[in-house]
Amino acid sequence: MVFLLLRLLPGDLAQAKLGIYGTPEALEQLRAEYGLDRSLPAQYFAWLGDAVRGDLGLSVLTGADITAELLNKATVTLPLIGIASVIAVLIAVPLGMLSALRFRKWDGIGVSVASQLGIAVPTFWVGVILITIFAVQTQVFPSGGFPYDGWADLPAAFQSMLLPSFTLALAQGAVLMRFARSATIDVIQQDYFRTARATGLTRAQALRVHGVRNAMVPVVSVLGMQISTLIVGAIIVESVFALPGVGQMLLQDVNVRDYTKVQGTVAATTTLVFVVSFLVDVVLGFLNPRIRQR
Amino acid sequence: MKFNRTLIIGVSFVGFSCFLALLSLVWTPFDPLEINPDISLARPSAVHWLGTDENGRDILSNIIVGSRATLLTGVLSVAICMLVGVTVGVATAISPRWVESPAVFGIDIVLALPTVLFAIVLAAVYGPSTLTAIVAIGIALSASVAQVTRREVNVVLLADYVTAARSSGSGTWRIVRKHVLPNIRSSLFVQASGACAIAILAESTLSYLGLGTTPPAPSWGRMMASLQQFLLIDPIFPLWPGLAIVITVLGFNLLGDGLREALDPTLRASEETAVDDELRSASSTGTTNAGSH
Repeated sequence: MVFLLLRLLPGDLAQAKLGIYGTPEALEQLRAEYGLDRSLPAQYFAWLGDAVRGDLGLSVLTGADITAELLNKATVTLPLIGIASVIAVLIAVPLGMLSALRFRKWDGIGVSVASQLGIAVPTFWVGVILITIFAVQTQVFPSGGFPYDGWADLPAAFQSMLLPSFTLALAQGAVLMRFARSATIDVIQQDYFRTARATGLTRAQALRVHGVRNAMVPVVSVLGMQISTLIVGAIIVESVFALPGVGQMLLQDVNVRDYTKVQGTVAATTTLVFVVSFLVDVVLGFLNPRIRQR
Repeated sequence: MKFNRTLIIGVSFVGFSCFLALLSLVWTPFDPLEINPDISLARPSAVHWLGTDENGRDILSNIIVGSRATLLTGVLSVAICMLVGVTVGVATAISPRWVESPAVFGIDIVLALPTVLFAIVLAAVYGPSTLTAIVAIGIALSASVAQVTRREVNVVLLADYVTAARSSGSGTWRIVRKHVLPNIRSSLFVQASGACAIAILAESTLSYLGLGTTPPAPSWGRMMASLQQFLLIDPIFPLWPGLAIVITVLGFNLLGDGLREALDPTLRASEETAVDDELRSASSTGTTNAGSH
């Protein structure tokens, strides 16, 4: 689908590249080089065949190898998504459980309200506010950018990664929290939970022994569903904090209409979404044997 | 239908944004596009309540006019996604299995492609504009609407009254018109409200990234992007458009939740199925897809 959409681009690529100096012969040669003289299905299957083998082709504008560039940029984006997920889980699960345990008390309601707000707040706004507080006012963290040496300069890289990860984590955490909350409510209404309480465990103890694992099932499955929003979030966060990741690259490519690169990047991210959903199913099988047997 | 607190808060927030949009048609404090370099980046004052931007344009006026682009995107993309989503959802539910399976697979594929990413690709092809954003958001959201609709229709089709109608000679279309659509109507309202929240977030995100509403038409997302550069001068600037987005999106989310609560009397009675409810609410309002914008 991505392939077709981009092929609908108005204008002739070879013509665009050679400009007004293109002779008919040169145009033909360039079209042959990029395989543009072949039929659309032939072009598609040639591209797909290469893509499956990890070769996304060359950029039409710079001639750079797309796979290599994508992998290079992914060293910023993937850690960003990873750290953000960890922070999101660390914030969301305890808070969600708290709000479930105290769901008619003021602090439980407060947590629920906060998660509603978190869902409605645009990621870029959170980013800007965090920059204002931590970079402009107190100057604890850099307001954006990434060290030139990348991860070789570990402390600096980590420091510039922290605010963006937090930004991304807050929005994800808000959604996750709602699920952690309702999952916990489900658990504490189960018979086995009441039995555990009857044997003398406190609510917190019973929840630790019996609740967490059961409550994690919906949380993990939601986390898996969220991978696609995490990727979009990463594009936005990279733009807010000027991080040189996949998202930044994609936006630049869109602006200059480097269609092979946009195509490769979107195909790679979509594949990532599918792979993660598959992995989540596997993890769910471990958490809940009933799913595995089905 | 019983009114509840969530619904009332939701309606008032959404009403506030609609009021701004209507107000912008007849009155704004200043001309939103009037450039006045003498007062650029003014702090909030009695004259310019929310201050001015880098070109001396009144921020309040821009926010009032910006509500138009935001609500227009919301309403039109929801119209597209409901039209496409409900049609596809009902059609797949009543069609034979050999049509249904591939169609469901197709819906899953569209679901995997994030809304904003899809919009970015469309913007790459057709150039950024409000229309591209509306179409992209509408199509991307229709997948989740189709999914939920199909599930709801399947439940209705199993009901005894449908069997009764069928055995008394009603055709498929009559059953859809007389029994299915009225029964899923409340779910459709809830979905529309949730989809509107997502659409508005997506539009402001696209505008923020420079891929949505094009200048000079004011838009909240683009105001954020341009005012963000002046954080060092005064951190208050980017506060206002962000606040406007939050109020509107929160309003539509609460409206959806409130509607669900008001239209579904079984909801409050049973808390045993909290997760199911949450999942249903999330998939019907698309919260899992909304997370980050």
